[in-house]
Order: sequence, then C-alpha cells, then structure tokens
Amino acid sequence: MNIQKIIESLSPHERKILPYLKEKNISEICEKSELDKTSVLRALEYLKNKGIVELSFEKKKIIELGVNGALYKKKGLPERRLMNLLDNKKILNMEEAQKQSSLSNEEFKASLGALKKKAIIELKNQKIMLNTNKEEIAKKTLEEQFIEILPTEYESLSPEQLYAIKSLQNRKDIIQIKEEKQATIKITELGKEISNSKIKNENSIEQITPKILKKESLWKGKKFRRYDVTSPVPLINGGKQHFVNQSLDYARKIWTEMGFQEMTGNIIDTGFWVFDALFTPQDHPGREMQDTFFINKKAELPDKKLVNAVRDAHEKGVGGSKGWQYKWDEEVAKKMVLRSHTTNLSAKTLAKLKKEDLPAKFFALGKVLRNETVDWSHGFEFYQTEGIVVDENANFRHLLGYLKQFYTKMGFEKIRFAPAYFPYTEPSVEIHVWHPEKKVWLELGGAGIFRPEISIPLLGKKVPILAWGQGFDRIIMDYYKIKDLRELYKNDLTKLRKMKHWMK
Amino acid sequence: MANINLNKKQFEKEIGKLNEKMQNKIAMFGSPLESFDNEKIELEIFPDRPDLLSYQGFKRSFLAFLEKKPGLKEYKLNKPKKDYKVIIDSSVKKIRPYTVCAIVKNLKFDDEKIIEIIEMQEKLHTTIGRKRKKAAIGIYPLEKIKLPITYKAIEPDKIKFIPLESEREMSGLQILQRHSTGREYAHLLAGKEKFPIFSDANKNILSMPPIINSQLTGKVNEKTKDVFVECSGFDLKVLEKCLNIIVTSLADMGGEIYQMELKDSKKKITPDLTPEKTKISLENTNKLLGLNLTLKELQKLLEKMGHNCNKNNVKIAPWRTDILHEVDLIEDVAIAYGYDKFEPEIPKIATIGKEDKKESIKRKISEILAGLKMLEISNYHLTTNQDQFTKMGIPKKQEKDFIELEESKTNYSILRKDLTHYLMKILSGNIDSEYPQQIFETGKVFQLNKEKINEKQNLAVALAPGNFTEVKQILKYFFKMINLEIKLKEPEKPSPWFIEGRTAEIIFKDKTLGFIGEIHPRILKNWRIKMPVALFEIELEEIFRELI
Repeated sequence: MNIQKIIESLSPHERKILPYLKEKNISEICEKSELDKTSVLRALEYLKNKGIVELSFEKKKIIELGVNGALYKKKGLPERRLMNLLDNKKILNMEEAQKQSSLSNEEFKASLGALKKKAIIELKNQKIMLNTNKEEIAKKTLEEQFIEILPTEYESLSPEQLYAIKSLQNRKDIIQIKEEKQATIKITELGKEISNSKIKNENSIEQITPKILKKESLWKGKKFRRYDVTSPVPLINGGKQHFVNQSLDYARKIWTEMGFQEMTGNIIDTGFWVFDALFTPQDHPGREMQDTFFINKKAELPDKKLVNAVRDAHEKGVGGSKGWQYKWDEEVAKKMVLRSHTTNLSAKTLAKLKKEDLPAKFFALGKVLRNETVDWSHGFEFYQTEGIVVDENANFRHLLGYLKQFYTKMGFEKIRFAPAYFPYTEPSVEIHVWHPEKKVWLELGGAGIFRPEISIPLLGKKVPILAWGQGFDRIIMDYYKIKDLRELYKNDLTKLRKMKHWMK
Repeated sequence: MANINLNKKQFEKEIGKLNEKMQNKIAMFGSPLESFDNEKIELEIFPDRPDLLSYQGFKRSFLAFLEKKPGLKEYKLNKPKKDYKVIIDSSVKKIRPYTVCAIVKNLKFDDEKIIEIIEMQEKLHTTIGRKRKKAAIGIYPLEKIKLPITYKAIEPDKIKFIPLESEREMSGLQILQRHSTGREYAHLLAGKEKFPIFSDANKNILSMPPIINSQLTGKVNEKTKDVFVECSGFDLKVLEKCLNIIVTSLADMGGEIYQMELKDSKKKITPDLTPEKTKISLENTNKLLGLNLTLKELQKLLEKMGHNCNKNNVKIAPWRTDILHEVDLIEDVAIAYGYDKFEPEIPKIATIGKEDKKESIKRKISEILAGLKMLEISNYHLTTNQDQFTKMGIPKKQEKDFIELEESKTNYSILRKDLTHYLMKILSGNIDSEYPQQIFETGKVFQLNKEKINEKQNLAVALAPGNFTEVKQILKYFFKMINLEIKLKEPEKPSPWFIEGRTAEIIFKDKTLGFIGEIHPRILKNWRIKMPVALFEIELEEIFRELI
C-alpha cells in the first residue's frame, strides 16, 4: 500500500492519536487525544498492523487508589481531619474526638495510630493531646503527598514513597498494587513519514448508517475510509447438525440413490429377532450377558407358524440343512435384549415381505449396543449400516458390487474382500479398505448371503438374500481424524463449534 | 475369537516364504494375519473352523489350498487291540452323558509339541467346547494307565486324587473349592450329586472331567510316547468332531491312531474317520456365486479345500464341523476360487429408494433449529442413575419407570428416560466453553409404562443463559415452522427440576407433549452450572403421526 492509501485507511481514532505517538505512555495519549484507554489501545493495535508503530509490552507494577483512597484524595485522609480538629481544640477526650471528627471506628483507630507514630499526638488517660506546632501540622504528610501522585509505577518510587506505601497498604482500600501490561510505542520510519505528511482532515465516511443513506448529499462525492481488509476479525459460531448425524445422512443418501428403502425399528427387541430368526444357536457366545445387554423382561413371539419354522431350522434344519441339532427353547427366544446389530430390522422386514414385492432392497442406519467396557477403541454404543437385497437372481458378485459401490462413494479408493465367518451368512465376506496414510487394510465389517436356515423360515421359500451390517463409526472417525472413539459422543461444545462440515 | 501362533521358521520350511504374496494367500484363505515377527506368526481362526486351531490342522488345510497337497487327506486307523476298551457306566447319563476315546501311539514329543497340544486343547475348550460346558478334552500318558478304562459318576467325597499342579490328594469337592482350575469351572458341576471320573483297571482316577486330570496319571511329558485321548460332554456329534481334530493333528505329528471300543448299552468304535458323503449342484453353485464353472473346475476347487469330489458327490473331511448345508460347500468353492478374483457387479434391477419419513422429519427439525444457531448434540442411549435421577433432584425412593440392564460392565446401567438430563450433563461438562450455549438433541428415550416398554423419539432444547421467554420463543417458532399449533398450560403437579410458576405443560390436541421451563438453581447447583438454564422437551411420535 502506498502512503496515500494508508492515510485513507486511518480511522478517526487512529488519526486522533497519530500526533501524540511520541508520548511516553498510554495515559498521556489518552489525555491528549481525549480518548479512553481501550480505544487508544485498539487504535494502536491497528496502527501496528499498518506498520506505523511497533508495540512492545512489558509487565509493570502500578500503584492505584483504592475505593477509600479515591474518597480520601478529595476529602483528606482521616488523620488530617483529626489533626484539624485537634489544631483547634489541643486536647480532647477520645469519645469527644471521634464524635466531632465524625470518623468511623476503624478510621479513628487508624488515625490515632498514624499520628502517634509520627509523634504528632500523645495519649494520656483517655485524652488526646497535640504534641506539635502549627507549622508542622500544616505540612502535608508523606502519605498525603503520595496519594496525590497516584497512579504511578512502582519502579520509579523514592524511599519516602516506599515508606508511604508500606503504611497505607496496611489500611483498608486506600491503595492497590496491580500488575499491568505497559506498552512501549516506537514509531517506525513509515510512521514518521505519515506523521510528517499533511493529513487533510477531511470528513471521510466511517460506517455507512441509515442516516447517511437518507440524504444523498451526505455521501455523494465523499471518501469512504479505507479498511485494512487483511486484518483479523473475531470468529463467530454457527448452529449445525451433529457431525455423526451429518455423516449418517450422507450414507442414507447413498443407499436411497441406489434404490434402497429405509428400515427403522426399536432398539429393545426379543432375542428371537436379534438371534434366533438369524440362526444364531441359543448357546452361542454372543448371546451371553458378557457381550449382549439383557433386560429382565420377556415379550411375546410372533405368530406360531414363523416360530415353528425357526424352531425347525435350529433343531433339524430346513431346505437340506442339518440344523444345529439341539432343543430350541422358546423361553430363551422371548428374553429381551438391546439389539447388538441392526440385522433384527432385516429379519422383521423379510418376515413381512410379500412375493409381489420382489425384487426388493432395504437399508438401515441405527445404533447398536454391546456390553463392553469403554476405552479409546471400544464403546457400548455405535452405529451400524445394514442392508439386504431380496432377489431371485441375486448372487455373490452382486453383493460385492453393492458394497464396493457404497464404499467407493464413502471415499475409499482401494477395496478388497476376504473370507469371514458369521453364523447367519454363507458365503460370508469381510470388506477391507486400504488406508493410504496408515498403509494398512482396515476391516470395515461383514456381509454375506443369508443361510437358507434364515431365508426359508422368514420368506417361506428359498431366495438368495444378500445381507450386510457394518460398523459406521470407524468411517466417521477416519473422516474427522478422530483417534479416540469416546470423542464421537462427548459433545465438547468448543470442538463441535470448530468441527468441519461433512463435505462428501 | 481364537488366534494361533505359528513358528515362523517351521512355517517357511514346511509351507513357504512369508512374502507379500503368501500374506495375501493367508488372508484369502480366511485366516487373517494378525501380526508376525522373526519368530512368530499370529493368525486369527474363525469359530467355524476349529480344525485349524493347531499348526498341524492349519498346515493340512492350507497346503491343500495352495494346491501343494489337494484333496482329502487319508489317515490309517488301527483296529482296537485287546483291552483298548472304555466301559461307560449308566451313572453318567444325567451328569455328563457322552464320551468318545482313542489311543495314539509312537509319538515323539518335545517341549514345543507339548505346548502345541495343550494350546490346541485349550482353544478347542473355549470355542467348540463352549468353555468346557459342551465338550472337554483329556490327554493321558498311556504308560501310566492300566487298560481298560471306566467312565462313571460317583459321590464327590469318594473321589480322591492329586490334581494337576498340586501336591496333595483332594476330594471332588475340595478340588472345586481349593484348586484354581477347579474354582474356575466349579459351576459346571455345582449342585450335582455325583461327579464324573475316568479311572483305570487299577482303580486309579485319571481325571474328573471337565475340571482336571490327575497329576500322576494325567500329565503328558517329553518322554510320553503313547497317549489315551478322551472327549466328554453333552453333544455326541461335537465330541466326535473334536476327537477327530485331535487325533488327526497327533497323527500329523507322526503318531499312529488306534481305535477304542466303547461299551455302553451297545458297542461303539471310536474314532470314526469315515468322510461324510453329500452332494453339490453345479447349477446352484454357479447361480449363487455368479460364476460359470465347469464340473471339472468345481471338483478342483473343492479339492483345494480338502474335500474329495467325484461328479456331484463330495466327501467331506471328518474334522470339518461347519458343513451343515450345500451353501457351506459353496462358500468353500468361493474361497478356493479366490475372493480377490470375483468381479463385483451391480445388476440392473429397478427398485425405488425411500428414506424413512421419521428420519427425514428429524433432519428437518435439525435444520430448523440449526437456523436459530443452535448446536445439535448426540448422546448415548444408556445413562447412569446418578445423572438420570440424583442430579435432577429425584430422591432414590422416587426412581421409577426406568429400564435397567443386566450386568452392565460400566456404570451406564439404565436406558435414558428423557433427554433433559443429558442436556444438563452436557451444559455441565462445558462450563468453560463460550456462552451462550444453545443446544438440542433428537433421539430415543425409554420408559416403563405399567411394565410395558415404551420406546419413543423425543426432542429437547436448552439455552444457557436462558429464561422462560427465550425458550418459549424457540418453541413457538419451531411449531410455526412445522405448521402445527400448541398451547401451554400450568402443570398440575410440581416439577422436580423447573421453578414453580415458570414451567408449563406443552399441549397438542389435548395431549401433553412435554414440558417447558426454567431450571431451578438447586438443580443447576447439582450440575455446577453457573448460568440460568431454560429448556423444553417434547415427544415427537405425535408430531410424526401428524406430519406423515
């Protein structure tokens, strides 16, 4: 910026203090420019940004008047009032003296102490006697002199003044010592140049106000004060959706774009839908309390036909399967759990599906719960994304196709599939995505084709059902570079305000 | 989940170099490589393949997969010699009804092999044995045993032997009470009148399954050459597979398998390594996998997985526990084909995508409130009694209508009844954050209503600092935006957390949707919040019904 532009960018306050930059300290600039301290400091900061001054700050001890001190500066110290009284009366008894001086108990005692110390008075038999002459009384005490020069810097004090501080410090609210940042101002070469150049004190426009806009003559042909457009502004915060929900909405959009219908449902469900309908044997380790949250309640099972079909699948198998060959217990299936996966939603959807609905594709995004202790990589709640495709002609390659499409849209470029095991699918598959920074394959979750022991009881016939249910929180953590799982649901408002938007 | 540790030198000598290609093969075989260093390779074994839980078992299947030794591996079974008998007494019927047994001879043990066997035994216990409940395995040095063997159940105080890792003789009950392994598995025998034992012809007790072996007759060491193996439990099928897994692994170490004669009410010879015969349809396989295999290719792929296949007839290895159905074989075909060789495909079928209506309304609610510069938060569905009740001014006696979890591992042991207390918790956790703090949450809450579980969606909004007027403005604005009308009325009962006279019921179509008000300083103090807080919480279900 050339000098002219800089001059045009000076605000009224900056212009006002410009002539006084040579002053030693800020209070003098305040006095001369008739601005308050905050305005001066702010103007100095702006001048610094424009390269006109250099500012350095150092901490200094400043002595100021306290609440009482300010009062005494006007009215005189209590001992002055007592001295004046004694100057007239010479001798007074204590009670009388306090009454006539109209000092508070505390002030009176302090005054007595101070005068006695200076040997101005003497106390005898509850009487106060003046012990000095008129000239001495007329002289200002050290304390009085000191009060008048306040505020002042501690560094520059004389021994007498230090003595005065000591005696005043013991008394209530007369003086206070503060640490303050003191600015040292140094005018730069540019600053000198600008100070020396003639600044036309023309009326450039500051803020445009409705008042100015009302009359054309107020703005026509006028200059607008130039702003420093590069100077920082205070940050503001906006309202927004929680970042986890932002990312879920994105996933929701991907599935619907691919022609999937959303499934929703309860978190509390019977073991029947969470496990039994999915061919999970009743002694499966996943059904123990160590892994799944149980509620000490039972609920009714769906219609008998379905229950019997599921029982048969477990006990002796269906559609050519051997089954698990054990005695399936209806009561175990009635126990209520917090769903440990969203696959209960798929099971319920399948049980309701009619022949004419095929082919059909469904997805779900929902919280699942596991009985876990909590640390940086484990939690008892997380989101899962679930999907099923019910199609007479569906095959394993289609399953891989849908998953690859989803994860590609989720932003993963390199994807591979590996064998896996889940009790409900056969073949089963796990999706791995390549993490280019960590240089490892991340396991994102499982998928497969529902076993006939699941599809036959639920659908009433053998149709291949492509199915998946995968943890979603890891994807969110990866996008937001969150290392600790607990951060997801911590709700640190400062962090939430700063968090970037889900921009996929 | 079970992992196995392999000796890297042995692996590289007997299987192949662990280069990148081999690592990929391991992943594509379905045994994820967890980690490796110069000495060890750690693999994860999925629960459907307990036969891979030892180096021998893994090597056998993996060499077939690598096409170095494809097809079903055959083992020589020696007929039982005289005295190779186990007498099963009827007393075990109600206690632990089944056992299957074998003898393996001419083994050459060293420390490493003993460790491998013990590890395999323990891993089988925890996986297919369901922590010894369904199946438990015992391995004994034959030279210390006089055949035949008896399996029976007797009174616990009549059982007396020195258990492994002990110096003193103990009774059955003492073992459950005092021995560390005994205590760990005591629940499996607790309350039974009789405990099962194996004993030999000299009436020495070999073991008390499924708890522990005898120190004298049940401990294998590097001098052991011949072993007696038994599996006991409740599911004969599982026991037979378990025994097959062990004896074939011992045979892979160089042992010779001998059958035993089990004398129950009828005679039975174990182990039985006859492969199970089943059929696979080429058409079903191609249809399910989306491939175009020929019968010859199918045959070859099944051989890679250790099966034998002739036309459509498959012989399944007797140690495989996971083949329940044709689809299980089809998965084997897919693994043999190579998951990395499948070409993903999206079929051209027309289906109409649809978002759940409630979810779309919830998103619109977020948009409306975010437009008022409010921050959405997201909390757990689980909470603590302390947060849900105590800090909200509800005394212990009045804690009710909430749903409790059984044996939660954390102090988050109930389901949240409302969102209000969670908003207070978040305000409390953020007292050092910049004010104003204007937050909201939509989500599920759970209540017990006359013993019935009521799971529903709520919305809650909180302002700090905030007063009644300000939060009412938000409430009014919100309902104006969703084009529904509400009324406020004075509540009939005092609220535990709102200031009396500054709280109202929110009424929609003569039904109470929720509450609005200023939080009492007493509650603010519980949460250490130093700002006035005003909030409302409403049920969304009624609103969903209206808007959908």
